[in-house]
Amino acid sequence: MSSAIVADDLRKSYDGVEALRGVSFEVRAGEVFGLLGPNGAGKTTTVEILEGYRTRDSGKVTVLGHDPAAAPRALRERIGVVLQQSEFTPLLTVHEVHRLFAGYYERPRDVDDVIRLVGLEEKRDARVKTLSGGQKRRLDLGIALVGDPDLVFLDEPTTGFDPAARRTAWELIRTLRSLGKTILLTTHYLDEAQQLADRVAVIQAGRIVSLGTPAELIGDAHKAEIRFQLNGEQVVVQTDDPTLTLHELTSEALANGSRLEHLEVRRPTLEDVYLDLVGGDENAE
Amino acid sequence: MTLLFHQLAYEQRIFWRSREAAVFIFIFPLLLYVLLGSVYSDEIEIDGVAVPAADLLLAGLFGYGAANTAFGGLAIILVGRRETGVLKRLRSTPLPPATYIAAVLSSTLLIFALQALALILLGRFVFDASAPANWLGFAGAVVLGVVCFAGLGVGAASLIRSAEGVSAVVNVVLLPMAFLSGSFGPTDDYPGFLDAIAAVLPLTYFLDIVDGVYLEGESLFADPKALGIVLAWGAVGLVIALTRFSWMPRER
Repeated sequence: MSSAIVADDLRKSYDGVEALRGVSFEVRAGEVFGLLGPNGAGKTTTVEILEGYRTRDSGKVTVLGHDPAAAPRALRERIGVVLQQSEFTPLLTVHEVHRLFAGYYERPRDVDDVIRLVGLEEKRDARVKTLSGGQKRRLDLGIALVGDPDLVFLDEPTTGFDPAARRTAWELIRTLRSLGKTILLTTHYLDEAQQLADRVAVIQAGRIVSLGTPAELIGDAHKAEIRFQLNGEQVVVQTDDPTLTLHELTSEALANGSRLEHLEVRRPTLEDVYLDLVGGDENAE
Repeated sequence: MTLLFHQLAYEQRIFWRSREAAVFIFIFPLLLYVLLGSVYSDEIEIDGVAVPAADLLLAGLFGYGAANTAFGGLAIILVGRRETGVLKRLRSTPLPPATYIAAVLSSTLLIFALQALALILLGRFVFDASAPANWLGFAGAVVLGVVCFAGLGVGAASLIRSAEGVSAVVNVVLLPMAFLSGSFGPTDDYPGFLDAIAAVLPLTYFLDIVDGVYLEGESLFADPKALGIVLAWGAVGLVIALTRFSWMPRER
């Protein structure tokens, strides 16, 4: 598989403060890549460099074979961008906004196709001002797709969504993936990264502190935990081999005639890993 | 070129669908003409020459309309679009920035040309005002007005930081300028210090040129000094725009 994005030792400072301190990663064509990190970690700066909005101080970047700093039109033909917050003229209809943007591309997707894809067919002729917040985000996504991009940037696509709207958005992102699009997703929601991303990079204070599939990140980090209460005391056992350890613990308990109250075996979630990685380092600068 | 017309068509659709824009930008100067035209009747003496009030006000409101449409209208549109992320979003599409700017300017020019036509028709049928003595020069003044005030409008948009501040700034600049430059009536009786301020404003010189082509049938280039000052103001706006214009929202 070829690479859609290659970032090599990206650095960027604002007024002497280092926002990026050497960020390197690679996004393969066709994968959903999650950039996960707390606010201010450097997610948006990284993505905006890739999108061509910001220039880097140093490092190498290739997006679909182009240097985004030059923002060549050939590159802009092939990317779709969904910003964290953007509004469109409230006075055009859903169909008109799609038509407007379709006109910018050489080979746009069929406009009604896109409207159906993002689930706005019932709002096709409604003006943008009459759309709900969630519908506006779908419009956002529709506009990003109308040029039939190979690579889609989604900057915190579900921030501020209620749980139902998030599920819908996730379904939509899975649909995009099944269309063969490469997706770079930034999020500060762990479950979102775990649900959607093939691979995740955790960014903290301008550096990538961990990178891998969600399973790898969890597997790398720590062991399984076995928790129970014995004679009113909370006991936590960490183990690399929960089957064996659990067997030993329960055999011993049975032999002694004691009970392991509230017994549970926990695999660490991405959240545990993430908090391990970024926690305590929150104010590092 | 196709892309330019595509964008221009949507710019027009957006403009005419917006009641605020259509009223504030398009109707307001016409409304002022009706009001002022009803107040001042007969003739007004300027520099010893008697001129029909309807003619003088038509020229004055034409100038005000140019500033209102190109300076005020553009500044409001551009700041609004920048702060809501529309410009940022456009930057990620293949639409070339120059094409976008050209479409926005053409749209402004079209709106002001229609407004100028409406002023002439209104003057003709309601106040018996004269038709332009030099039609070609008058058409040239439409373009000149848009060039100068659009330059200043884009420049102002580059300096104004917030969408909330933009209409306040625009009105604080526009209305006193129009008043001092003589858009709303003769300025002969103004005290000296107001004249001194008026003597540096672009609208003052633009109105001199408009008076020339509209009333006296002069060429657009009859007063090189006035033309130079008007263009210089436009250039100042353009230089500010070139150094300070941003596609990204300023407020975070």
